[in-house]
Amino acid sequence: MTIETMPMSRALNAGLRKAMEDDPRVLLMGEDIGRLGGVFRITEHLQRDFGDRRVLDTPLAESGIVGTAIGLAMAGFRPVIEIQFDGFVFPAFDQITSQLAKLTNRHEGALSMPVVIRIPYGGHIGAVEHHQESPEAYFTHTPGLRVVSPSTPNDAYWMIQEAIRSNDPVIFLEPKSRYWQKGEVELEASALPLHASRIVRRGTDVTLVGHGAMVTTLLQAAALAEAEGTSCEVVDVRSLSPVDYGPILDSVRSTGRMVYAQEAPGHTSVGSEIAATVMERAFYALEAPVLRVSGFDTPFPPAKLEGTYLPDADRILEAVDRSLAY
Amino acid sequence: MTPIEAPLVRVLADDGSYAPSADAERYLPLIDALTDAELEQFYRDMVVIRAIDTQATNLQRQGQLALWPPSRGQEAAQVGSARAARAHDTLFPSYREHAVTRIRGVDPVDILKVMRGTSHGGWNPTDPQNGNTRIYTLVLGSQTLHAAGYAMGLAFDGRTGTGDPERDEAVVVYYGDGASSQGDVHEAMVFAASYDAPVLFFLQNNHWAISVPVETQSKVPLVSRGAGYGIPSVRVDGNDVLASYAVSRTLLDEARSGLGPRAVEAVTYRMGAHTTSDDPTKYRGSDEEQRWAQRDPIARMRAFLEGRGAPASLFQETDAEAADAAEDLRSRAITLTSPERSLIFDHVYSDPHPLMAEQKTWLNDYEASFEGGAR
Repeated sequence: MTIETMPMSRALNAGLRKAMEDDPRVLLMGEDIGRLGGVFRITEHLQRDFGDRRVLDTPLAESGIVGTAIGLAMAGFRPVIEIQFDGFVFPAFDQITSQLAKLTNRHEGALSMPVVIRIPYGGHIGAVEHHQESPEAYFTHTPGLRVVSPSTPNDAYWMIQEAIRSNDPVIFLEPKSRYWQKGEVELEASALPLHASRIVRRGTDVTLVGHGAMVTTLLQAAALAEAEGTSCEVVDVRSLSPVDYGPILDSVRSTGRMVYAQEAPGHTSVGSEIAATVMERAFYALEAPVLRVSGFDTPFPPAKLEGTYLPDADRILEAVDRSLAY
Repeated sequence: MTPIEAPLVRVLADDGSYAPSADAERYLPLIDALTDAELEQFYRDMVVIRAIDTQATNLQRQGQLALWPPSRGQEAAQVGSARAARAHDTLFPSYREHAVTRIRGVDPVDILKVMRGTSHGGWNPTDPQNGNTRIYTLVLGSQTLHAAGYAMGLAFDGRTGTGDPERDEAVVVYYGDGASSQGDVHEAMVFAASYDAPVLFFLQNNHWAISVPVETQSKVPLVSRGAGYGIPSVRVDGNDVLASYAVSRTLLDEARSGLGPRAVEAVTYRMGAHTTSDDPTKYRGSDEEQRWAQRDPIARMRAFLEGRGAPASLFQETDAEAADAAEDLRSRAITLTSPERSLIFDHVYSDPHPLMAEQKTWLNDYEASFEGGAR
């Protein structure tokens, strides 16, 4: 088995390359993704190797990128779009939610919309306004879209390929603060299904659940808790729509406690939905209410305050303590 | 300059006499080449679709439809452009292109499904019998981007620009003066021009976006916007079916030959309401409506055909055909039934989705829980 250690950014690049080699109808579109290779270099060298009709440096127009990708999908292509930063997806919001998400439904199944929208998202990179947001709830609230987020290089490599193979539109949220985090990538393994959640650390006292960049923070918190004698299980949700509740519920039934952590504001968030569902389905297993640790219900603050805004291991441990106190 | 004052391609005068404008010169060979049968077909198309449109308006008034967007007055722009498209071209309508869809083969009853609330789509655009005509789009201007992207795909696949017009494909996208203010239309023109996409932007300036006049959408003739994108654009009398046909045919063939996108502003007039939900007397005067009634596209073409010696039987036969089509529409429309409730869940996703399966099962169980198995 071929195993290579690489950062998530390279894993995504390798996954995109593999998908393009496997299927000539896959094409990449976005601002600065060609010659520059993307502002995060995720598409580096792909235009050089596949040409400028498979890797398109588009005009600077997000609605235009998504809307023309819809037309290209109607013409039989499988477009993979890059939205340069999370906060810039909103000019394309109408094309994503009113068109892309609904076209299969409006066509009563006569049409599939195999479009992937890659969005580097989340904070922790000290960027300016509109460059650090977590917009996942807007999309998980929209029927017709699938929403996923990898947390490791290996998952990034496989999930991008699975997302491109999906016949449905996929919002692919890349935790940009983890682009440079290295990990082992099994280049020939069989992929975990796109919509499977996954237990990434075993524990017995409290279940910690999260997605994207927060999975690493949860693992840090679990390690700190262990030093204090508390055993935490960590679940990576991976797919935010649909959610694979099996491993989450199994874990909660064994620990009786759950904490959800996310960068996004907590109000009507992915964590809210998962917490509500766990309470509906595992009520009698719970020893304490499901707790949420999240960004505040405010705009993302100026970067010098992001350390205060974003949940860290200490905030997660505080919630663990509260859960154990019930 | 107000929008009405820009140069205009016109072949028929308001009274139906053959009186080409100076700008019509280059298109006249195409019109000279039209056979009597083709000219008569243009007329029949317009008369039949008007009867269908009137019938649909009546059906809405009688509570059979939630809504109807009438096309009365815009028949020439639609018939001319739709007849100019080749069979292998792909058309992206907005929501008033009843003449276009019918010419391409879409059953008008399928449009009524949308308006009656039995479907969000109405017809399958991948079924060849629907003439490569995409379904109606209600969000203004959205479809211009889809059309530009589709045309980009044609270019990338080498399905256009080979020099063989019998094979080269192109796209027509329809939108209105109101939609022309939408950002998506701007972005569609940028993308289409950047990638030399073979798409004809066909704008029907019907002068009113519900109650807001075209002067609020643009301080310049809408045709002049194309130049800013490097898109050659032509202004045509949209109530002149011959001019609409010849201009569309010419620009479409230019686009398909690899020259890039083209645009038309068809100057026309919506003689009815925006939809059956509004009341035009609240926002425009009857003098204006009377003025445009003098330019009625059907009366104009009829006068032209009569001037060429068309027999009275042609008009009688056409009226009978239109009456039959309208009656057929009525009888089939009122029998449209509600779709199966599984329609709610079955096509939200293409691949299996656990939440859909779960909620469908819940609903079935819930319905089955009532005595007799149904509420």
